Amino acid sequence: LKGLLEHMGVEPGRLQFSWISSAESTKYIEVAQSVAKDVEALGPAMRLVKRRAEVG
Amino acid sequence: MHQYTEKIREIAKRLLESKAVDVFIGYRKGTVAMMNEPVLIREPGKVGLLHWDSHCGLNLCKYLTQRTEKIGIVANGCNSRNIVTHILENQIKREQLYIVGIPCTGVIDHRGVQRAVHPREIEEVEEEGDSFEVKGKDFRETFKKKEFLRTNCAVCSHRNPVLFDEMVAEPVEEQKEVRPYHDVESIEKMASEKKWAFFSQLISKCIRCYACRNACPLCYCPTCFVDESKPQWVGKGSDPTDTMTFHFLRAYHCAGRCTDCGACERVCPVGISMRQFTKKLNKDAEAYFGWEAGLRLEERPPLDVYRPDDYNDFVR
Repeated sequence: LKGLLEHMGVEPGRLQFSWISSAESTKYIEVAQSVAKDVEALGPAMRLVKRRAEVG
Repeated sequence: MHQYTEKIREIAKRLLESKAVDVFIGYRKGTVAMMNEPVLIREPGKVGLLHWDSHCGLNLCKYLTQRTEKIGIVANGCNSRNIVTHILENQIKREQLYIVGIPCTGVIDHRGVQRAVHPREIEEVEEEGDSFEVKGKDFRETFKKKEFLRTNCAVCSHRNPVLFDEMVAEPVEEQKEVRPYHDVESIEKMASEKKWAFFSQLISKCIRCYACRNACPLCYCPTCFVDESKPQWVGKGSDPTDTMTFHFLRAYHCAGRCTDCGACERVCPVGISMRQFTKKLNKDAEAYFGWEAGLRLEERPPLDVYRPDDYNDFVR
């Protein structure tokens, strides 16, 4: 899914996958922070986002 | 090609007369040139309708699901791989089928032929060996079939059926040294914005008729996600975001299952090359799982099994 979305032009890094056990609180914090940082760097999502229906 | 047709009719007649099958699924000549259509035959007297030439571009496996009777079916390389996929997905039982194998030399891209003689109207197409003659009012032209193959047929490396009970002719030579993912690779090299622009442009003409879904043998869900309203997964209008969502989800539902038969592109009324979505997934299935859909009955598809060494690099 990640491969196809990025192939279509959704920015690499916008979609991330991780497996975190309920016991891995430190990993959870690390991942959340780094995802937030990556996404912040990419800016607001413009692709594959529907703001208002465009009728054409 | 005439020999194929004769042989198909002969086999169908035998199967129907001996009641080995209840229904025989094949193609018949369409009312418009180059537009052969599927036909289901139940009486031996009607086998004369059956036909085969390089314009059999639809996938007959569409008609296999939810059937309980015994079926005879015509299958070339890609169609036979769809039969395998159907059997793996429990949509049909092997014992129900009598597969008449066609060594295929590719299907002609009818749009390409129309462009070549544009604006004249084609009334008849006659095939002879590896060339074909196009006839219309006051004109007659001959073309080489090789130059007018559909893009999926041009890079096909499974022309012969992988599963069959009887062949109509000797197997044809498989195409070697084709580069099936040449176009996917060139998109992969693009920057992210370019990719987005490419795919947005690609589907911009889409009218959301769902012909691609309807022609696809893999799409047999009782209710498709695009038709559901509770919840409504995707908007039903021609909004570009909804259209993109439809296309990429349709493609994703075909991951590890698509045989690149090209039925979706053939039926598209506006000529969208939606195989660009499915081909990327086919390429990934091959690269990460060594998988090409529908080649073997013995192996489960990659999205269906877990192996400790499965591709995992995207999870951190």
